Amino acid sequence: MNESYSVEMRQIVKQFGTVVANDFVDFRAKPGQIHALLGENGAGKSTMMCMLSGVYRPTSGEIFIHGEPAKIRSPKDAMQLGVGMVFQNFRLVQTLTAAENIVLGEKSSFWRGAKWMSNKQQEIEAIAEHFGLSFPVNRPIWQLSVGEQQRVEIVKTLYRGANLIILDEPTSVLTPGEAEQLFATLQHMKAEGKTVILTTHKLKEVMAASDHISVMRKGKLIHSMGKTDTNERELAKLMVGKELGESRPFLPRPQGRRLLEVQQVDVYADHGRKSLDHISLHVNEGEIVGVAGVAGNGQKELAEVLTGLRSWKKGTIYFNGKALKNGSVRAAIESGIAHVPENRMKSGLAGSLGIVDNLLFKSYRTKERSRFGFLRIGANRSWSQSLVEQFDVKTPGLETPVQQLSGGNQQKLLFAREVHQEPLLMVAVHPTQGLDVGATEGVHRLMAEMRDEGKSVLLISEDLDEVIQLSDRIVVIYNGQIAAEVTREEADREKIGMYMAGLQDAEEEAG
Amino acid sequence: MSDHKPVLNKGGTLSAEASHEPGKWNWRSYRIELDSSKKGSAWWIPIVSVLLALVVCGIFIAANGMNPFPVYKKMFTGAFGTSYGLTETLVKTIPLLLCGLGVAIAYRISVWNIGAEGQFAAGAMAATAVTIYFPNMPGILVIPAMIVFSIAAGGIWGLLTAIPRTYFQVNELVTSLMLNYVALLAMDYFVFGPWKDPKGMNFPGTPMFTDAQSLPVLGDTRLHLGLLFGLIAIVLYGFFIKYTRWGYELRLIGANSEAAKNAGIRISRHILLVMLISGGLAGLAGMAEVSGVTHRLMYGISPGYGYTAIIVAWLAKLHPIGLVVSSFLFGGLIVGGYSVQTIGLPSSISEMLQGAILFFLIAGGTVSKFRLRRIR
Amino acid sequence: MEIVYQMLLAAISSGTPLLFATLGGILIERSGIIQLGAEGLMLMGAVTACLTFLQTGSLPITLLAVCGISILLGAVHAFLSVTLRANQIVCGLAMTLFGAGLSAYLGKPISGLPVPGAVPKLDMPWLEAVPFAGRIFAHLDVLTWFSFLLVIGLHLFIHRTSWGLHLRAMGDNPATADVMGIRVQAFRYGYIVVGSILIGLAGADLLLVYSPTWTEGMISGRGWIAVALIIFARWNPIRALLCAYFFGALDMLGFRIQLIGSEIPSYFLKMIPYIVTILVLMFLGWRNRNKPSGSPESLGTPYVREQRF
Repeated sequence: MNESYSVEMRQIVKQFGTVVANDFVDFRAKPGQIHALLGENGAGKSTMMCMLSGVYRPTSGEIFIHGEPAKIRSPKDAMQLGVGMVFQNFRLVQTLTAAENIVLGEKSSFWRGAKWMSNKQQEIEAIAEHFGLSFPVNRPIWQLSVGEQQRVEIVKTLYRGANLIILDEPTSVLTPGEAEQLFATLQHMKAEGKTVILTTHKLKEVMAASDHISVMRKGKLIHSMGKTDTNERELAKLMVGKELGESRPFLPRPQGRRLLEVQQVDVYADHGRKSLDHISLHVNEGEIVGVAGVAGNGQKELAEVLTGLRSWKKGTIYFNGKALKNGSVRAAIESGIAHVPENRMKSGLAGSLGIVDNLLFKSYRTKERSRFGFLRIGANRSWSQSLVEQFDVKTPGLETPVQQLSGGNQQKLLFAREVHQEPLLMVAVHPTQGLDVGATEGVHRLMAEMRDEGKSVLLISEDLDEVIQLSDRIVVIYNGQIAAEVTREEADREKIGMYMAGLQDAEEEAG
Repeated sequence: MSDHKPVLNKGGTLSAEASHEPGKWNWRSYRIELDSSKKGSAWWIPIVSVLLALVVCGIFIAANGMNPFPVYKKMFTGAFGTSYGLTETLVKTIPLLLCGLGVAIAYRISVWNIGAEGQFAAGAMAATAVTIYFPNMPGILVIPAMIVFSIAAGGIWGLLTAIPRTYFQVNELVTSLMLNYVALLAMDYFVFGPWKDPKGMNFPGTPMFTDAQSLPVLGDTRLHLGLLFGLIAIVLYGFFIKYTRWGYELRLIGANSEAAKNAGIRISRHILLVMLISGGLAGLAGMAEVSGVTHRLMYGISPGYGYTAIIVAWLAKLHPIGLVVSSFLFGGLIVGGYSVQTIGLPSSISEMLQGAILFFLIAGGTVSKFRLRRIR
Repeated sequence: MEIVYQMLLAAISSGTPLLFATLGGILIERSGIIQLGAEGLMLMGAVTACLTFLQTGSLPITLLAVCGISILLGAVHAFLSVTLRANQIVCGLAMTLFGAGLSAYLGKPISGLPVPGAVPKLDMPWLEAVPFAGRIFAHLDVLTWFSFLLVIGLHLFIHRTSWGLHLRAMGDNPATADVMGIRVQAFRYGYIVVGSILIGLAGADLLLVYSPTWTEGMISGRGWIAVALIIFARWNPIRALLCAYFFGALDMLGFRIQLIGSEIPSYFLKMIPYIVTILVLMFLGWRNRNKPSGSPESLGTPYVREQRF
């Protein structure tokens, strides 16, 4: 019996410059199936789906839709082939209503009187109801909740007659209740014979919602199987992999006193969503605390709160024995908190300025760098020179705009600046993102040195290997709270992976 | 088999183009694209812009039945050819320099000060107020008092633009423009009303300033001390930007405001401060004009200095020396414009040229950012 | 009662040029491009209208000429803003200066010449029978009637047609519009040109109807007020009508109160429109802290299609 696949992607390779995002991946899905593409951030699953929906073009490899070879050059091509994708950040025009967004781009009928619009609305409502989705059709998008907006996006694909529907991390923006509703909808779509592909990192959902699972890791498709053929534990193992990172000689150090104490802190993100929920954690002197977790669980806000870029609503933060001033960057700097931000060119460095100017960021107010409001140009130059040498930052000159340096050197510069502050705590967010092996090594070494000198590092990273390799203690952040805490000795990749994906102790005990 | 090869460009953008037959030159394997990492600050752009503007306006002049070459010659000689012309140009340079500097300082942190015209008027009024309400002030105090009051008035006027922006998110373009008209109307009120010189005859204005209230001039010319103000301000600007903490903060905000926040800089405070200074400089320009050139407050003391100053700042790319050069150039333009009135052309020809220069400047600025790239 | 009629007629009379300019600006800005060159465009429209009418005496030809000039200037603006992705604010300023200079140059020979009765009125004396409103509409000129139609037409266009929907989309989220198959760049060109025509027409109206003599700089800032009115009207044609007439009324306030013999100097009355503008904008800014302002989201940001490879 010939099982026909609705979509087949063969030997797909996708390269961005030197970075290989997808490494000879073979992926297949059948109609009437809910297929989950499981993997951590950066595993390559979103990239795969972007190629299916026409946002990217494969470097090499072929795509077949219903057995026919398909050249998908643009989202329009994809739409014509019946492929619709619901992205994580919605493609919706905020000021238009849901109905208007759905019919956007439709060339039919220049004049659209009230009658036309209400016909369309009825059409849309019919489709929505059929699949168990509900949202107000007539209100502008910005008034809709995130869950409702997502439903609009789904109906948009259905309205266009999509038979292959891809959802990119759909539950990352939903409450558990809304997620349940979404799964019900997916079942409807499955019943109609459509192919549904879900990319996600959440194990629980995968087991709850999907029929078939493909696990990706570091650009490769590791394994593909039916839900009944596997369990959560196995999936977690596949997701995070079994390779042990190179272990460095790790000197056990006496722990110092409590340096940072975060108690029951509530933080709200830009859209009023609660991103940190009664979170508590602590960092002692002379230790590296790794914060493991999938992006979007509150890490960004945690870093912002500790460095003064964001204020918190409830709870207290004590640093070095004193209460930390809420929402003041200067206070954080002066207390001795250093910050290596996630996106160094966006918020860490000023690309068009030179080395000296970038190094002065945090210290230009101190009396070594300026006096009576005047910068001490000569002293600053020689200081910069020594820092550049000390940290081995390769640059043509001190005046070179920083954007011309390589990523690794930019990061070294950032570290040089922060470390020179002699901070008591360094908050490092994805510090090795986009760096090659050598540069990564260098950064790791810097952090280990800090720790050996009795300082502390809060390492927030999505790279579990990195976290496990470096940390004295690992906390797992999930949904704005600390889900688990393990010491270095106790660190077990599988277990941490499960916590990262939202599984709890209770489940584990029961299973 | 895919025939696309992606390439990561320096600006961080990706591009690829299908080259159907490798080895054969294919126009599709070239492409013009915007490279955002290039700063577009090629030195030849201002020069070419001016030349192109001259050409385009020359066409207009020719289309109207006059030969552009003698017109341009007259403008040039009128502005730079005679010693009188030269000093006149310098006289016009002064307000342009001061206002242009103010606009440049604000623009360093992406604040648009279109209100220089109104701030100029505010300063002029403040300076005149000193002469009206304190006519018996001892000689040594008068000029300093006028300076202080005019800077304060201009600064406050500038703050009136900054406050709505900082606290109410009101676009500073609209606010500053509205305030321009308010200031000019206020000036009209005073000039035609309570401050009017009863002996004014046909030319409405305030009574003439006394010698003590006027800035000293150079010999027989109208070139007054205001030039010194301007040059000192420029030097201070260059110095502050490079050598002080405040200058550093401005540069940082201008380069990357996100990063500046990370350095603990409070941007809204800088917006207020910068508008205060910017307005103050324009106010000083107003005082200089009123005290050094016209010696009274009267209708139409500014032929649009505040607006020309914007082009001055742009042409100079915010660079101190550039500001001196471009304000001199535009001063010459204005004087040249007046001088062609004798051959029957309206002085507004200089405005036309100004606008054209600006057009080509913008076009040139972005054109230089485009690159012709060859894709393998 | 007489006073009220006079006020309303005056408001309409001085508000109509503002209305045209605001409507044109709304079209342009709704597509995502900042329009700051209104003052220069209006001046060019006015001087062109004056020159052409004095030459030909024919209203249709005059209007055609005004359109032609506006299309030319609009195309330059579009080229700089859309294709070259230049700084739109400076574009507008350049347009203003260039327009001011060029119009003064072209207008020199005809400065001060009266332009009699260019625009015919649409006399409908039977309307006077209608209570209240009738008298106002009885003797308006054709351009004013055109502006009424325009307001309604634009409103219907924006909210009731497919193109209008596309316009709203491309102003708020050109990336999404592009993905949905709307040709953003091409449409932006179109809207800039059409909007410029309306703004040029505003200048022409000012000259032909309101103040039929060319003087240098006669627009005296109305172009800038139109810029503010666009925001004031929240990019909505019907609101634009109300705002334009409101400002038209404020404009006339100065003269009228003088006629009543009030003590307030006219200068301060003339300031009222400007100060009111700032205050209203501040109020709106405060009230809409957490809500979208109604401005097209992508205003001022040149659209670059994301590379799709």
